[in-house]
Amino acid sequence: MDSIAIELRGIDKSFGLVHANKNINLKVRKGTIHGVIGENGAGKSTLMSILYGFYQADSGEIHVDGKQVSIRDPNAAIAAGIGMVHQHFMLVENFTVLENVMLGAEESRILNKGIAKARVELKRLEREYALEVNPDAVIEELPVGLQQRVEILKALYRRADILILDEPTGVLTPAEADHLFRVLEQLKSQGKTIILITHKLREIMAITDEVSVMRRGEMVATRTTAETSVEELAELMVGRRVLLRVEKGEAKPGDVKLSVDGLTVKDSRGVTMVDNVSFNLRAGEIVGIAGVAGNGQSELLEAISGIRRAVSGDVLLNGKAIDVTGHADPKELRDRGLAHVPEDRHHVGLVLKFEESENAILGYHHDKRYLNGVFLNVDAIRKDAEQKIAEYDIRPPNARLKTANFSGGNQQKIVLAREMERGPDVLIIGQPTRGVDVGAIEFIHKRIIEMRDQGKAVLLVSVELDEIRALSDRILVMFAGRVVGERDPDATEGELGLLMAGVEGRKEAAE
Amino acid sequence: MDFFHVIVVLLESTIRVSVPLIFAALAGLFTERAGIFDIGLEGKMLGAAFAAGAVAAITQSVWLGLLAAILISIALSLVHGYASITQRGNQIVSGVAINFIVAGSTVILGEAWFRQGGRTPALAEGARFQTINFPFADAIREVPLIGPIYADLLSGHFILTYVAFAMVPLSWWILYRTRFGLRLRAVGENPGAVDTAGISVIWMRYRAVICCGILCGFAGAYLSLAMTAGFVKGMTAGKGYIALAALIFAKWRPFNIMLACLLFGFLDAFAIRLQGNPLPLIGQVPVQLMQALPYILTVILLAGFIGKAIPPKAGGVPYVKER
Repeated sequence: MDSIAIELRGIDKSFGLVHANKNINLKVRKGTIHGVIGENGAGKSTLMSILYGFYQADSGEIHVDGKQVSIRDPNAAIAAGIGMVHQHFMLVENFTVLENVMLGAEESRILNKGIAKARVELKRLEREYALEVNPDAVIEELPVGLQQRVEILKALYRRADILILDEPTGVLTPAEADHLFRVLEQLKSQGKTIILITHKLREIMAITDEVSVMRRGEMVATRTTAETSVEELAELMVGRRVLLRVEKGEAKPGDVKLSVDGLTVKDSRGVTMVDNVSFNLRAGEIVGIAGVAGNGQSELLEAISGIRRAVSGDVLLNGKAIDVTGHADPKELRDRGLAHVPEDRHHVGLVLKFEESENAILGYHHDKRYLNGVFLNVDAIRKDAEQKIAEYDIRPPNARLKTANFSGGNQQKIVLAREMERGPDVLIIGQPTRGVDVGAIEFIHKRIIEMRDQGKAVLLVSVELDEIRALSDRILVMFAGRVVGERDPDATEGELGLLMAGVEGRKEAAE
Repeated sequence: MDFFHVIVVLLESTIRVSVPLIFAALAGLFTERAGIFDIGLEGKMLGAAFAAGAVAAITQSVWLGLLAAILISIALSLVHGYASITQRGNQIVSGVAINFIVAGSTVILGEAWFRQGGRTPALAEGARFQTINFPFADAIREVPLIGPIYADLLSGHFILTYVAFAMVPLSWWILYRTRFGLRLRAVGENPGAVDTAGISVIWMRYRAVICCGILCGFAGAYLSLAMTAGFVKGMTAGKGYIALAALIFAKWRPFNIMLACLLFGFLDAFAIRLQGNPLPLIGQVPVQLMQALPYILTVILLAGFIGKAIPPKAGGVPYVKER
């Protein structure tokens, strides 16, 4: 078991001025699951792309099974027995499973002959690794968990012995993730080598044999998983001690600030996305909405914040109605004390081509503070931005830099600074730490709890269950547009996971 | 049976005007299914028509004319390919540029070479395509019903007409039953999937563009070597755009394309037929209105009557590896 499946020696790669990989050395033992962790931008994905022939290293060597190989394109990687499951699936959505698996490995110019063979081979793989999927199903009609299975099958079909998985659980329910881990264990027991790239420390601890940590383009450490801890890994990733769970005191709920009653929202196709949802949000509490992405949380946020028109329902803000079924105007809602940090900061929260100071007042640009008659008072705007930059530790501290040039975490801080700074009565936050580094997560979580302690009402939507559990005073679980249960933050992950998968909720509703 | 006769004549001219549309729309099918929008069908067709007319006039060979049409059209396609695949330029701009360059240069070259006001010399019999008459066509013509259908609808067309209709199932077979077709469709939907499967996205797209060039070459050659005896400036008269409309109308599917082109062709033939003839109940209709009819219908059909036409997902987007 001690032979080395893959060895990287001195891999170096730069993109222009960005030194993405600095002299990386890595050994992965055969038949093990090897984790690679690091923050966003630490160079994990670049390294794996080099291994898969997507990019060429500027210097360095790759050895597979003890032999040096040159991987100039994905073809060479496939030939060397390396398969990859990408974070964003590389599937053709309107093709069938079979067509996707065959693509690039068709065997002959005319498809018919290959199809029959592929069908047999697919059946064999399905049986061997418990990866059932209907070969004639069209990809876009499959749930993400099954789509991922197709990606794995694609790699196995090409006889991969080394499987790289890039952030595989980001889109999965806890149950689907568990199933994936069982599949990986199965693959490992059959002698496959697996490289798992993730930023989720819990996954690393649960499934890997060894783990390598990357930070700012460097490989900073390799540990045997059994001999390390979540705390040590987090510290290695960030380069300083991090609080994984922010301290927070008892909540002191006050008056109802936001009341939602019977809210129903349909999407553009007429499908009901939010189904008769009711809840109250009080001053001084954080209510977390848990759920797998796509179960109506996004539409709920959009309806409350006036971006999407609801079909029916009543929403009261500070006791006064919001016209959610008519023309709720986000500007008016802001004036009435409702601030919204949207889930998708790139499309809704920010204009990436604007400079930082412009984004820092977006939506508040009617404020007299920023105006000089009918013109914008640029000096005041920049001064205001600089103040927020200092307060929220936004880096680089340059109010005139194009927003696209900030990292995900700093972009998120720009949005948070804008929405929190005015001290709204109700703060609605979607995915506060999506694409945000561990270090910045700690900062953002602290700020959210501070808001609560100042007596603000916070509605938090996140697909990260850990985040919901760490911050919320009450947890509502959404499934298929309905709130299927309410739990305390000390509810177990398994309990919440069942609710998120719609298993427990149905029973509860029936009782 | 006068009414029946009118219908047969109408359908016969429908087929005649549909042929260049079918070639051009199938040409567009190959590039657009590979993810490259091609508004330059018009220009390629026009360039091909000119090349065919000029070469056939000089060499007196219809086949050399056809060959020249295909080569010029491929060359123009490769220009579009270079701009939009290799240089990752804007595909609409590149296509429009080709249309303009061809529209202007065919006139200039035509005038410089032949001095007939931008025309190529009228082609003699051997230098253009002749209609093919099926055996016994004349003998059967008098048989009621079957006679006219056989003699006038099926028989008596140019060889390129039969090629065009044969291209429809052939294109379908290539796209849906071959490795090339599978990869071509994949590259138009998710080039990343093709790239990670170890296939060159760039080479796939160039091959699609070449297919487009060949088919546009046929379309152009049909115009100047079959439909008329020589090249006339601007002779495509928007057929490239109509073909593009047919392609969208047909939701990028080969057999739908044939039907859409026949429909547009029928409207065109109908308009020609009605010119100068009063319509029952309505009376005399202005010629201009009749001529505009196919275009008006195109707009109406495209605006709302075909449901949602979902283009290939990666259409119009140059492929750049992530990061």
